[in-house]
Amino acid sequence: MELIANLGLGLSTAMTPLNLLYCLAGVFLGTLIGVLPGLGPTATIAMLLPVTFSLPPVSSLIMLAGIYYGSQYGGSTTSILVNVPGEAASVVTALDGYQMARKGRAGVALATAAIGSFFAGTVATVVLALFAPPLAEIALKFGPAEFFSLMVLGLLASLVLARGSLLHATGMVVLGLLLGLVGADITTGTQRFTFGMARLSDGIGFVVVAMGMFGLAEIVRNLEDEDDRSLIVKKVSNLMPTKEDWKRMVAPILRGTAIGSVLGILPGSGSILGSFAAYAIEKKVSKHSAEFGSGAIEGVAAPESANNAGAQTSFIPMLTLGIPSNPVMALMIGAMIIQGIQPGPSVISEQPALFWGIIVSMWIGNLFLVVLNLPLVGMWVRMVSVPYQFLFPAILVFCGIGVFSLNNTEFDVFVMAIFGVVGYIFVKLDCEPAPMLLAFILGPMMEEYLRRALLLSRGDPMILIQRPISAVMLGLGVLAIVVASLPMFYKKREEAFQGD
Amino acid sequence: MIKSSLKFAACLVATFFAAQASAEDYPSKVITLVVPFAAGGPSDTVARLTAQSMGTILKTQIIVENVGGAGGTLGAARVAQAKPDGYTLLVHHIGHATAPALYRKLAYDPIGDFEPVGLVNDGAMALIARKDFPAKDLKEMIAYAKANKEKMNVANAGVGSASHLCGMLLMSALNTEFVTVPYKGTGPAMNDLLGGQVDFMCDQTTNNASQIKAGKVKAYGMTTAKRVAAFPDIPTLSEAGLPNFTVTVWHAMYAPKGTPQPIVDKLSKALQEALKDATLKQRFADLGSEPVSQERATPQALRAHLKAEIDKWGPIIKKAGVFAD
Repeated sequence: MELIANLGLGLSTAMTPLNLLYCLAGVFLGTLIGVLPGLGPTATIAMLLPVTFSLPPVSSLIMLAGIYYGSQYGGSTTSILVNVPGEAASVVTALDGYQMARKGRAGVALATAAIGSFFAGTVATVVLALFAPPLAEIALKFGPAEFFSLMVLGLLASLVLARGSLLHATGMVVLGLLLGLVGADITTGTQRFTFGMARLSDGIGFVVVAMGMFGLAEIVRNLEDEDDRSLIVKKVSNLMPTKEDWKRMVAPILRGTAIGSVLGILPGSGSILGSFAAYAIEKKVSKHSAEFGSGAIEGVAAPESANNAGAQTSFIPMLTLGIPSNPVMALMIGAMIIQGIQPGPSVISEQPALFWGIIVSMWIGNLFLVVLNLPLVGMWVRMVSVPYQFLFPAILVFCGIGVFSLNNTEFDVFVMAIFGVVGYIFVKLDCEPAPMLLAFILGPMMEEYLRRALLLSRGDPMILIQRPISAVMLGLGVLAIVVASLPMFYKKREEAFQGD
Repeated sequence: MIKSSLKFAACLVATFFAAQASAEDYPSKVITLVVPFAAGGPSDTVARLTAQSMGTILKTQIIVENVGGAGGTLGAARVAQAKPDGYTLLVHHIGHATAPALYRKLAYDPIGDFEPVGLVNDGAMALIARKDFPAKDLKEMIAYAKANKEKMNVANAGVGSASHLCGMLLMSALNTEFVTVPYKGTGPAMNDLLGGQVDFMCDQTTNNASQIKAGKVKAYGMTTAKRVAAFPDIPTLSEAGLPNFTVTVWHAMYAPKGTPQPIVDKLSKALQEALKDATLKQRFADLGSEPVSQERATPQALRAHLKAEIDKWGPIIKKAGVFAD
């Protein structure tokens, strides 16, 4: 069979001592930057690009890929322990993960994240090996209309993310949409809400907002609350999941993996949307939906699986078509070009050792990650018992460095500080930042795709329902609204919030 | 009083020697090369290949710093304001010449605030269309596009991008207008071209060489004056039916205004040397681009070229009524 021959080729490429070493180095570094808040894979890979010039192409790409999915793995750590999401995709993990940590179940949450990620990574790697080229072709069928409808569906789902009142959540969604409008209009170049600042013409960075609203605001909130601070340290119970935990995480991991794999293939939004969608769906279908927001293990298992599955499948458009689906993939393409490999449809046939080597290395990398991370759980948990007068300044410094490294500008650090204050005010007002952040990501994309769809249809909005995939998604959106307005659902929602 | 004047004199002497030393021993520390675009893009690749080669020649490390945003004007502004000591440089593309027309509020003067070091490369652009576009050559393509101009969609990578410029030039040359569909960068635009959502696009071969080679898109011509070595079978647009249609995405290196002349000369020499490097040539060729000739990698050539490009694009952009701010 061809697949086995291919995998054999991949195995023999990935298993050389040198490549194993670079794979390990990549995932280790990735975990590290994932743990450090704000330092993302984009900045790290950009910094390491010159180092890879001197390596063989396969080794360098194996290492860079490892940094990427390793960081997705590590990104959950600070979300869970201190409510500082290091990556966009870890925002949802913070919702229940941090609550678990506050209940003394930080170890279980971390272990769940690691196990879910490993399973998802394994499955997504198989998907990549089996179906990469046909899947990439299907993803191309997604035009502007389809993307717009997908975003609408995502936005409606974001209301489910809210723990408090529906009114607050809607208000936060609107605020997120408004913030997303900041920057140059993509079609005309007109500046919107930039107040003459050139720095704002590309919009406000997502990581900047997320770190301010979650990280800084959380630190401020913690500082005013003396009793709260000692909570975590006192009550660290078991580190590993119990039998009951295992039972509860299986289905969410499976669902999360499926959702993450599918959404990861789509360019642009993939891995971020995946973790949000997995969380929203889990909250809907779970028997324990009442616990969501107050430390449900499903709320960690599903988004973390989706996140890691998406990180792997987002390589599909890059490896098979040469199209970057996110900034990290753009960097990988840059690295390939510098190495003299022309990324594109011909990579599979012209560079089979490279293509299959990377795929097999991803699975090996995932194995490394789980072996690396499970024993570290105990160490990470002890991190929160570091006295807060040391821990908080350290987090602040890392947030500052991380945000600065995004664009090499201090402007972003100031913006983060502003959103820290804003986030603290919202905590006081009982307004959840998660729906706002999702709207903030989706809003600009929705606008972009809608206008593009209308440009292509010469202004005819019917394009949104004439295209079947788009129509189905809008239909699901309508269904979600109907379900949401059913009185029975309201009752359930209220029950859910009693738990807070 | 005497003590403080002595101190002042000492400082003066020290400064003098430091300045002296900086010109002769240059470079004595790491050089930062600002690329005003995100890491991983075509300009970043060109800059990194050049930086590595120049670093070897100058026996120092040249670190690429990506300062993206606002069509490259933020990174350029940073270099314009940097200390003119030769340790902060800029590699920018054709956008440096179009910025004055595109931006009404530009924070710097592309000519007056920089010391030109030299041109780096000329990047070809290719006119490409979706795979099932019903035309076998440029003449047919133009005829079809004109006959169906209501239905045509031209993609580009955003206001002020090279693909936007080429699209404007094309519509101006054909004396017609198509619906322009802007994207955030070439990646998503290429995605929709491969998916057949849009009809055609004119973009750097850096971005589409592999798609052309794999037959995923149709290429109707190159925007260069001569055929591109990597694509001997693809005619230039000029020979295929659009006389004098040449536009290249050229990159060039600049230092902040006031950088001492000996340092600029040293950099320019290193650039010329770097462009002879075989690996660099090969990588550039893979991208459908080539390093400029030795005499063009000089401050004089760049100064003249920049002026000419500003004069060329200003009227075209003004006529199209496009602004990026």
